Amino acid sequence: MENKQQLTNILAEFIKTVSIHLPDDVEKRIRELASCEKEGLGKDMYGCILDNLALAKKYNRPLCQDTGVLQFFVKVGTKFPLIDCLEECIVEASSYATLNTPLRPNVVEPLGEHNTGNNVGYKAPYIEWELEPGGDGLSVMLYMAGGGCSLPGRSKVLMPLEGVEGVKKYVYETILDWGVNACPPLLVGIGLGTCAATSAMLSKKAILRPIGTHCDNEKGAKLEKELQEELDSIGIAPLGFGGKHSVLAVHVECAGHHPATLGVGITTGCWATRRGEVVIDKDLNARYTMHTVKEGV
Amino acid sequence: MKKIITTPITYDQLKDLNAGDTVYLTGKLATCRDAGHRRVIKENIMPENFDFNGGAIFHAGPIVRTNPDGTFTMISIGPTTSRRMEPAEAEFIEKTGVKMIIGKGGMLGKTTEACKKFGAVHCAFPGGCAIIAADRVKDTYGVEWMDFGMPEALWEMDVEEFGPLIVSIDTKGNNLFENNKVAFSEKVTELKDKL
Repeated sequence: MENKQQLTNILAEFIKTVSIHLPDDVEKRIRELASCEKEGLGKDMYGCILDNLALAKKYNRPLCQDTGVLQFFVKVGTKFPLIDCLEECIVEASSYATLNTPLRPNVVEPLGEHNTGNNVGYKAPYIEWELEPGGDGLSVMLYMAGGGCSLPGRSKVLMPLEGVEGVKKYVYETILDWGVNACPPLLVGIGLGTCAATSAMLSKKAILRPIGTHCDNEKGAKLEKELQEELDSIGIAPLGFGGKHSVLAVHVECAGHHPATLGVGITTGCWATRRGEVVIDKDLNARYTMHTVKEGV
Repeated sequence: MKKIITTPITYDQLKDLNAGDTVYLTGKLATCRDAGHRRVIKENIMPENFDFNGGAIFHAGPIVRTNPDGTFTMISIGPTTSRRMEPAEAEFIEKTGVKMIIGKGGMLGKTTEACKKFGAVHCAFPGGCAIIAADRVKDTYGVEWMDFGMPEALWEMDVEEFGPLIVSIDTKGNNLFENNKVAFSEKVTELKDKL
């Protein structure tokens, strides 16, 4: 029982941290992009972004009011001592962190739109499970899915003849139509698979991986580089006012697919992409992998 | 020097502003987004303690803490996508007499026309900069329409030098984000031509 409470506390603290502090990779990239804007609204907007990050740390408050719907990607060893109550701990931590950080209670019930008040509801928070046979540890990845940056998300199955050119066109048009309102510079995830669903999920996985890492597949990595340069040439960032870049990065995840289909998924994260990972061992020692949080900064 | 607009807002305060200018707001401000617009337009209901006429609204859904004594603390309040309110905003401006609409990104043709006709402006607050905004809220003195839940309720605030607010639609029919979009579209056409 005591351990269960301890795990819930660890997870609630982790949720709070992710809402207040950007992950190291995102903050580093924001600072790099900010240094490229020397004048005008572009410079002013990055100035606001950097001031806002500092104030959020100072006041210990969520850096953006839209703390999203909580989405968890869990990888748990089958021998992790608290595996049986893990879901309960995640749900309890979500509710606790919502009321105590506080986060914005976003979750509304399906079709009725009644706000549940604590970010817990029917099949919410969203939890995706992966088992690690024989392992005794736990990794919990959290993504805070905000409204504005979730709106551009889409997936479509192209005809294979449309090829990589078809993929690029679809990405350009999506970013042009929806990117401005999604708080650019954006972290763009592209998933390439067989159907709409798997391509979409691959695109989501793509933005969970840290900026600076590349697709394991050589052709996927080449597409990342090309799309990043091409999207940057549109110059929608910061915040749609226009500047030298559009994206934090473009990440591609791809999988062998059906010869008759070319599925493309697109998921975008905003400049304030809030995600993190906590790794917890069987004795409940916890470690953040994406955040170096200095107390009192 | 900072250009400060104060409520109640008059046409004189707005008429010389140009799309792209930076201004700040001092006075009264209320949040009003999807559900609030629906209530005003479809249900014909106005808030009891906030006068939209000559006023300013903020497309935003804040995080607010209710203190033990019943007062409110504004924790975090950034803008939400204004484009979602496009179908209702022109009618909202005409019906309420609101003079300043603050949100994220731009709005489209119908709102641009209404701003010109009724002498109102739309301003963009930098998206995601919610603590800067909360810092400019001096008092959150009331809330109405809590039946919508915290994000969609109408929160009533006193603000001081609230901003930066980038004028995105001025009273003359100029639209900053639509102009930017033309430039971005040209780049995309170039990219497509290279494929």
